[in-house]
Amino acid sequence: MSGFDQGRGSDLLDVHERARFEQLVLPHLDAAFNLARWLLRRREDSEDVTQEAMLRAYRFFRGFHGGDARAWLLQIVRNTCYTWLEKNRPVELMSEFDEELHPQPSVSPESLAIAGDNRERLGRALETLPPRFREVLVLRELEGCSYKEIATITAIPIGTVMSALARARQRLQRALTQPPVEEARREL
Amino acid sequence: MSCDYTHTALHGYLDGELDASRSEEFERHLEGCRECAKALETEESLRSILQRSGLCESAPHSLRKKIRAELDAATSVPIAQRIPLWRWAAVAASIVLVAAISWYAWPGSGSGTRNPAAPPFTAAELIDAHIRSLQPGHLTDVASTDQHTVKPWFNGKLDFAPPVKDFAEDGFPLVGGRLDVLGGRNVAVLIYARRKHFINVFVLPTKEPDTPIHPPGLRQGYQWLHWRHQGMEYCAVSDVSVADLHELAQLIYQ
Repeated sequence: MSGFDQGRGSDLLDVHERARFEQLVLPHLDAAFNLARWLLRRREDSEDVTQEAMLRAYRFFRGFHGGDARAWLLQIVRNTCYTWLEKNRPVELMSEFDEELHPQPSVSPESLAIAGDNRERLGRALETLPPRFREVLVLRELEGCSYKEIATITAIPIGTVMSALARARQRLQRALTQPPVEEARREL
Repeated sequence: MSCDYTHTALHGYLDGELDASRSEEFERHLEGCRECAKALETEESLRSILQRSGLCESAPHSLRKKIRAELDAATSVPIAQRIPLWRWAAVAASIVLVAAISWYAWPGSGSGTRNPAAPPFTAAELIDAHIRSLQPGHLTDVASTDQHTVKPWFNGKLDFAPPVKDFAEDGFPLVGGRLDVLGGRNVAVLIYARRKHFINVFVLPTKEPDTPIHPPGLRQGYQWLHWRHQGMEYCAVSDVSVADLHELAQLIYQ
């Protein structure tokens, strides 16, 4: 939660703070759920963790002094997701996060379009990526976040957001154009 | 993929994150580098696949509801909180009320007109009226989902014409109308449904200037919102979430 004062966590908020929360933070519930859903992959888990994250956000709300409410909320959601993963599925966080871009045969836009035409297959391909790749793609492509917002939410330096995205995109292309079974086995 | 640009600048360019000079530099490079041109095309294709994929998922309604319930539990409810605007006059009003209630009969007695600038009723009265309406047979005098039936029904029963609109398409179907007495005044009540809950919207004329929708009040597990708009005083009361109540208030306000 770097960069944000978390405020007093224990006291109840009053009705005015509640109204302000409804106005500033609650409109981003869909984005919060979407991030949790792609980080945790399973819907039920995502619902539980989103609920927990929203309540945490509410408790920390006094520490939010304006600015980008969506980034503030998504940062809390992401942290809550990682804490949950560490506790419940630590293996997933151990997946390698290689820093290198690997030379690979370039994928043609046409083959990509054909492979990506199937929503389920696209979703599965995205799910095979390590969480740290998945999250930058979801934030950039599904939520339309800027590099600055991505840096805030994921706590990676802004200078490395671009290369993280480059690697994530390469991984997704590879996952999409490789046969799904083989891809799944390789990731295990 | 050996060109350095494909590793770095290409993604910044694709995401619109390069400054003007670097962006121009990349465009110049693009004219001469087939590899980058092709890579850019591939990345654009991936982007369009992702963006029209329908992979974005909205929070389910049940989750929204659960979260609102948790927020309610984490929100303090001041003891006997009153409608903020009327706070100072509430005590005076309740004294008047004791007298008023013993004088004015149940609906339709008519002449309960007081100084319109004075606070017309207290929070306690408002919640009492809401609870009373939920008793069997008390909710509506005219039960209809048709605004063109409910609106004329008030004609001749009140000395003002409350604005009546149905918001079924927005998830707040009109259920009917009712006459009620609040603070000794005849008021129109519009009843809206929200799933299995009812929302009473009390309407009475006012000479006070318009106000925005005030922050919510809470009492005995019920919430209300109050505002004045175009010569009418509104108070929406229910056990639905503040957000739902706010949504309806905004629909009426428009």
